[in-house]
Amino acid sequence: MDLSVIDWSDIWLATWETLVMTGVSLFFTILLGLPLGILLFVTAKRQLLEQGFVYTVLSFVVNVLRSVPFLILLIVMIPVTVILIGTSLGVEGAIPPLVVGTAPFFARLVENVLREVDRGVIEACQAMGIRTSRIIFGALLPEALPGLIAAVTVTAITLMSYAAMSGVIGGGGLGDLAIRFGYQRFQTEVMVITVALLVVLVQIIQYSGDRLVLYFTRK
Amino acid sequence: MIRIENLHKTYRAADGREVAALADIELEIGAGEVFGIIGRSGAGKSTLIRTLNLLERPSAGRVLIDGEDITQLDSEGLYALRRRVGMIFQHFNLLNAKTVADNIDWPLKATGHSNAAERAARVKELLALVGLSEHGHKYPAQLSGGQKQRVGIARALANRPQILLCDEATSALDPETTQSILRLLLDINRQLGLTIVLITHEMQVIRTICDRVAVIDGGRIVESGKVADVFLHPQHPVTRSMVAQSDALAAASFDPAHAYMSDKLRGTLVRLTYIGDVTYQPILSRIMAGAKVQITILQGEVSSIKDVPFGQLLLELEGGEEDIREVFAELDRHQIHHEVLQ
Repeated sequence: MDLSVIDWSDIWLATWETLVMTGVSLFFTILLGLPLGILLFVTAKRQLLEQGFVYTVLSFVVNVLRSVPFLILLIVMIPVTVILIGTSLGVEGAIPPLVVGTAPFFARLVENVLREVDRGVIEACQAMGIRTSRIIFGALLPEALPGLIAAVTVTAITLMSYAAMSGVIGGGGLGDLAIRFGYQRFQTEVMVITVALLVVLVQIIQYSGDRLVLYFTRK
Repeated sequence: MIRIENLHKTYRAADGREVAALADIELEIGAGEVFGIIGRSGAGKSTLIRTLNLLERPSAGRVLIDGEDITQLDSEGLYALRRRVGMIFQHFNLLNAKTVADNIDWPLKATGHSNAAERAARVKELLALVGLSEHGHKYPAQLSGGQKQRVGIARALANRPQILLCDEATSALDPETTQSILRLLLDINRQLGLTIVLITHEMQVIRTICDRVAVIDGGRIVESGKVADVFLHPQHPVTRSMVAQSDALAAASFDPAHAYMSDKLRGTLVRLTYIGDVTYQPILSRIMAGAKVQITILQGEVSSIKDVPFGQLLLELEGGEEDIREVFAELDRHQIHHEVLQ
């Protein structure tokens, strides 16, 4: 393997782009997915604000979005992305499909994490005469914090691999580099380096996530 | 203080049938009283106590607290009610992510007490009350079961409730810790004049702190009254079997038909029950000194129920019919209850 053929400035730029795509879409995924997950949890049967109809609708939408393979979603989203930010290409163009693809996934994770919170604790709060909204934000979410951090970690890693996939339709980052150089120009070296970098990034995210979970765990 | 009228609770089971969890419940609990509800698991006691703060909504009937029917309250009214009724739980239900002090602060903070200094003072006072002044900074996971329940009690008292509901509050604790928690509850009951309603399956708990008790079985109250009356003269089979299962009070549920000595008995089998000051007076010896009757003590206990002393003895009396009748008359004169078993 001849590493001298590699243009390192391209590699670092692509790494940076991958981090930006992952970071920005993670931000919007949490922004959309967290409320959605909370809503799924509280409207479910026998929960704080049981609303059968709302739950059924939300759950259906989440399932539909989750059943579309991400590669298809990337293509289907192109016109929407163009309307939203003017282009479907590059780093910006990849962000809308990334958010739409992972927010429902994250919402489900949030719902599951919240279900793990001891019912008795929520009941105790109700018995104290505390308003439901206050229970959600003052007790439920803090109790679920370690689980929520773990869910964010898993989502960040999923986003990173999706971000690489967006290279197929002209998104930026390491995936784009791997496809253009590693695949189309047969530069195996580029392919190896991109994969190695992705492995390192995923390790770092997982490790940091685990440390944070540990830090916030009081059990 | 609390009145339950004609309360019913039915559930729809998975197969669509209606199951009655509570039926025809009538109860009256006085202010400042420690009232116990005892029953086996599945008897409906947990459902019953949870109707007192509407964690469980009754299907029919009324629950009156200070004359107000709480089943009619709107959501604001319900919030206000629940702040006047504290509750502690078998598994403590503390917030694991908050420190002990923050757990106690939480009901204050979350119900609109915005003055942080006042809250801090109240938390300090409550920590002292439950004997945890040194532990405010710890997390629940660092505490023992008994300490966790103390936090639960402090938290339940934060909003100065008039009523404290205890849902199997000592069932997850060892006997020694149970006693210390019960002592704390009794102290609180006396110091603050708090009305306590507790449910348990342990007779010992009722005996230690309750003034009155209701026995619940199959969703119905089968027997109720002063603790000494119910436990020393159990009427209903469920009460009898509960009394029989506790080592103490064996004489109360004594059944001559199943006793090992029944075939060896020659005389009359009598159960004596006495409650109050008479317990510590030498009445029995005085009566017997003058009587021409031989006595054998077969079984018995002299102890106290809450702070009421009592004694219960199973005696075999041998002597003439007339002499025995004379002894009975003397017993009656001293308000010692007797019951001929065989």
